[in-house]
Amino acid sequence: MPHNKVPFPAVGAYLGACYAIADVELRKLIRDPTELVSRAIQPLLWLLVFGQVLSRVRAIDTGQVGYLAFMTPGILAQSVLFSAIFYGISVIWERDLGIVHKLLVSPASRGSLIVGKAISADFRGIVQAVVIYLIAFGLGVAVRADLPAIAGVALVVTLGAAVFATFSLVIACAVKTRERFMGIGQVLTMPLFFASNAIYPLQLMPSWLRAIARLNPLTYFVDALRGLMIDGGRSVYGFAWDCIVLLGVFLVLLLIAVRAYPRLVR
Amino acid sequence: MSTASGSRSQQDSSPPAIEMQGLTLRFGELVAVDALDCRIAHGEMFGLLGANGAGKTSTIKMLTTLLPPSAGTARVAGSDIVRDPAEVRRHIGYVPQMLSADGALTGYENLLLSARLYRVLRGVRARRITEALRFMGLTDSAHRLVKTYSGGMIRRLELAQAMLHRPSVLFLDEPTIGLDPVARRSVWERLVELNRSHRVTILLTTHDMEEADHLCTDMAILHAGRIAVRDKPAQLKASISDHATLDEVFAHYSSVSESGRLRDTAAARQIARRLG
Repeated sequence: MPHNKVPFPAVGAYLGACYAIADVELRKLIRDPTELVSRAIQPLLWLLVFGQVLSRVRAIDTGQVGYLAFMTPGILAQSVLFSAIFYGISVIWERDLGIVHKLLVSPASRGSLIVGKAISADFRGIVQAVVIYLIAFGLGVAVRADLPAIAGVALVVTLGAAVFATFSLVIACAVKTRERFMGIGQVLTMPLFFASNAIYPLQLMPSWLRAIARLNPLTYFVDALRGLMIDGGRSVYGFAWDCIVLLGVFLVLLLIAVRAYPRLVR
Repeated sequence: MSTASGSRSQQDSSPPAIEMQGLTLRFGELVAVDALDCRIAHGEMFGLLGANGAGKTSTIKMLTTLLPPSAGTARVAGSDIVRDPAEVRRHIGYVPQMLSADGALTGYENLLLSARLYRVLRGVRARRITEALRFMGLTDSAHRLVKTYSGGMIRRLELAQAMLHRPSVLFLDEPTIGLDPVARRSVWERLVELNRSHRVTILLTTHDMEEADHLCTDMAILHAGRIAVRDKPAQLKASISDHATLDEVFAHYSSVSESGRLRDTAAARQIARRLG
């Protein structure tokens, strides 16, 4: 019984626990993929209806790229945001079931439990990216299909999904009940979406809104995607800076979550 | 109320499995757990009894490192819960009050998750899982989703999860609450077996006197965050009258000062609600 000492270093244990958490989430998702299907409907509507209409109106100056192409990365970011934000709800659910208690009594580090969740959000994000690529192809958007672009999009989606899943987890730890989370989830996601460059460029915003949008991680998420995903798309801040911002935000949120998560069961 | 805590285990030469030293939990004004001192020897099946709000769950949460104590500390399986909670976690198993196995996974997958989180080495993992399934009578349902299990099966699966890494101390919060009598028996049998043959020290909370009578080798009744009495079930019964049941013992010790406690209870409930 006391011989259960770890024979491999802490990093291995950390990654092992991340993998354990991500693996069960993945099994659940593959077993019941209805959620993945239903999550594809919203971006389809945005691109098919909103995007088609606005690209006819030509009310928004998007430079050389057409409006539909301009908004495609924004809609990918949106759908990653909207699905990652519901991680909080599932964490509250797991708390009510006692699952969080069991995870926290295990020797797995708190950080690895959270990173494991983030990794499973990444998987959903990647699936959503595939769906949106397919929709974009179908609508005739000039999407870049070269390997570096796709690898870059995958990396950025991974960072973005991790940021918003962890953000959601922090919120869940603060509000603690499903009802309150439902309310706050709505209140947070829409402003995050509209106060960003997802469906219009920052130059069109009044200066106060632009200032907010510059503090919004979604802006950097969209910016990186816009530079990678579409033909002639341009990143305003540059891929590297976008990634640094997203990674920085993730690490800060992770630090907060590591402290907040154990409080969920107190 | 004559029995002091830790009467027998004191003489034991080996260090106790659990030793609480002034273990205290406060929520603002309210003292949920009031300076508990209690030694529990290795190999005991220890019952922590008490009415709702007596401090049972808070005590278990502190001992399992889920909740830091406001004052005092405890040593569990040789390590200090305040100074070295990570080391404590390596050597304990825990089954929370709710049926907490993941219904969207199979029994096998639930066990696999526990084995990985507890760093059960890959080489022994499969064998441990097979053994655990057999011991808990779940071999045939290992690859079914847990949401199709009965309450008793889920509880047994959780026991299996909690035992995979061979902990020396096992904490169970109301292990048979909500189970039908047959399921309850099946859980009891496993607990007795774990305790007797595998020498696992078990601390369980319950307010089911029949359960305490059937399982516990030693017990304490908590009242308003303090140990009202501690002894073996037989002695406790004898201390009341010749034919006393544990129900009578429980009633005697947990309603000592019922009047004037109403406000405390209301405050405790309010805090519980606020904490979610």
